[in-house]
Amino acid sequence: MTLMRTFLGAAATLALGAGVALAEPALIYDLGGKYDKSFNEAAFHGAEKWAQETGGKYLEIVLQSEAQREQALRSFAEAGANPIITTGFAMASPIEEVAPDYPDTLFVTIDGWVDMPNVLTIGFTEHEGSYLVGMMAAKASKTGTVGFIGGMDVPLIRKFACGYAQGVLAANPDAKVISNMTGTTPTAWNDPVKGGELANAQISQGADVIYAAAGGTGVGVLQTAADAGILSIGVDSNQNHLHPGQVLTSMLKRVDVAVYDVMMAGDEAKGGFLTLDLAAEGVGYAMDEHNQNLVNDDMIAAVEAAKAQIIAGEITVEDYGATSTCAVLKF
Amino acid sequence: MDFVTALQIADSTVRLATPLLLACLAGLYSERAGIFDIGLEGKMLAAAFLSGAVAAVTGNVWIGLLGGIAASMALSVVHGLASITFRGNQLISGVAINFLASGLTVVIAQDWFEQGGRTPSLIGGARFTPITLPFADALAGVPVLGPIYKELISGHTILVYIAFLMVPATWWLLYRTRFGLRLRAVGEAPEAVDTAGISVIGIRYMAVGICGVLCGVAGAYMATALQAGFVQEMTAGRGYVALAALIFAKWRPWHALWATLLFGFLQAVALRYQNIDLGGFTVPVQVMDALPYILTVLILAGFVGKAIPPRAGGAPYVKER
Repeated sequence: MTLMRTFLGAAATLALGAGVALAEPALIYDLGGKYDKSFNEAAFHGAEKWAQETGGKYLEIVLQSEAQREQALRSFAEAGANPIITTGFAMASPIEEVAPDYPDTLFVTIDGWVDMPNVLTIGFTEHEGSYLVGMMAAKASKTGTVGFIGGMDVPLIRKFACGYAQGVLAANPDAKVISNMTGTTPTAWNDPVKGGELANAQISQGADVIYAAAGGTGVGVLQTAADAGILSIGVDSNQNHLHPGQVLTSMLKRVDVAVYDVMMAGDEAKGGFLTLDLAAEGVGYAMDEHNQNLVNDDMIAAVEAAKAQIIAGEITVEDYGATSTCAVLKF
Repeated sequence: MDFVTALQIADSTVRLATPLLLACLAGLYSERAGIFDIGLEGKMLAAAFLSGAVAAVTGNVWIGLLGGIAASMALSVVHGLASITFRGNQLISGVAINFLASGLTVVIAQDWFEQGGRTPSLIGGARFTPITLPFADALAGVPVLGPIYKELISGHTILVYIAFLMVPATWWLLYRTRFGLRLRAVGEAPEAVDTAGISVIGIRYMAVGICGVLCGVAGAYMATALQAGFVQEMTAGRGYVALAALIFAKWRPWHALWATLLFGFLQAVALRYQNIDLGGFTVPVQVMDALPYILTVLILAGFVGKAIPPRAGGAPYVKER
């Protein structure tokens, strides 16, 4: 019996060891879909980069409904995947449910907020990046009115809006910021028709630069802006190429860098909190051949100066995620 | 609210109401013939996808429109087979169509275009462009009526005008033709129609077919006129809002027009004003978003008139032996 137990124990240890050695990272895309040309797609590019450089393989799933969140986490954890990377704030509570059951698996939430030993929370200072594109918007605007269109009305998106409004007012204290949210349900991430209609409403109120932080809905905003001949600002991934010469810039959120770094670290990655800010190049604005004629040296100089000041701590951008208030914008 | 703002909201109302109106009329034909159809959403989605895909490949929006109608018709045939020929449960068939469209569109789009379940952006002739009606610019100077003509009535895509013309056409077809009488009768008392020697099955298939065509136009309008391409789940529940409008309209064509215009107007106002300030009392935007459903529930509960669906609705017809 004792012998049997030893054997069984040894076999179990071997199996576990093999599991750890073969552990593949897993990536769970949120409801916006893997190719939202934005947030989730950035995660995908990070994973692809890792796969190409290391020759490694990773598991992935695109969530189709709310109900699948916990199920996907559990099945990846059961399959021995490690680390399990998730995108989107909505994964936070399923991770809280699942993580205690798999203490040896590292769960990574990008945009969520989970305080557990085996969960790595990666956040971005979106308000700082939005502040920079807000300055550019104010400088590019001729009417002095700029717009913001968010996806689902959640604190994270308000953080974008608040940072943007602060940047706009920093560059032009007389400017007017019109802010709209697409909706309060997850369909707000995939409703380009409503996004376009919101853009039309803002244009009719005088907006001539519109910043869309709305996942797939943003595609409709950018399209309508391009049709109406005004400028737009993309988000998360570089969206300048969608309408060359009509997208002023894109607020980059380097989800790809975050995913790549975590996958590179592999088993070495530890739970905790990681904030990717301006200094860490976690956020920024996109410059390429598609928007070089839209952005002049004056804008670059102003934005770079502000960037240096934010990194140095001379400018503090109010963080809606931390304070739940916004001095310059009413929701 | 000044005149210009009111005009802009009215303009937005028309754009937002058009897909609802088309889908609502589609449901009207089907349900008046006794076939409940909660698959409007799925048909619109399939049509939006195929119209976007075909328009992107051929570069011709009219061929795209035909593609969209074909996709919607294909699902209509499925619904017809399941609920008319095989006498299955109409609601379950409709739900199945919604799921089928939701999944298939993304998978096929990914396989064809590899752009992540969306179609390429449509440019030039692959999109419906706004039409400027004659004398729009010349009459713009006329006070009140000029701007209304130029901003509100002129400057929409052809599908919008088709949608609005469908209302009197539907009324005429349903209430002034032999076919319309038979279609309504099939929804109320199919056994009487059968006794008169007319095929219940045939009339019902025709109704479901018309429903498919109208859903196809609605889907194509979203993908090729309002937007420039298909995005997954882009119908975003408009099929269900159209169903609500149909109940609100008590299954009548002119009422369907007013109901969808009202729902479109509520959306347009919600989009324009995030929170409405009524002298110290703020109406949050969510209330405006929920109003169409609240109104429908009120109607169903019998507070505002009474909504009586076609009597034979939902029941497959079995010939007496």
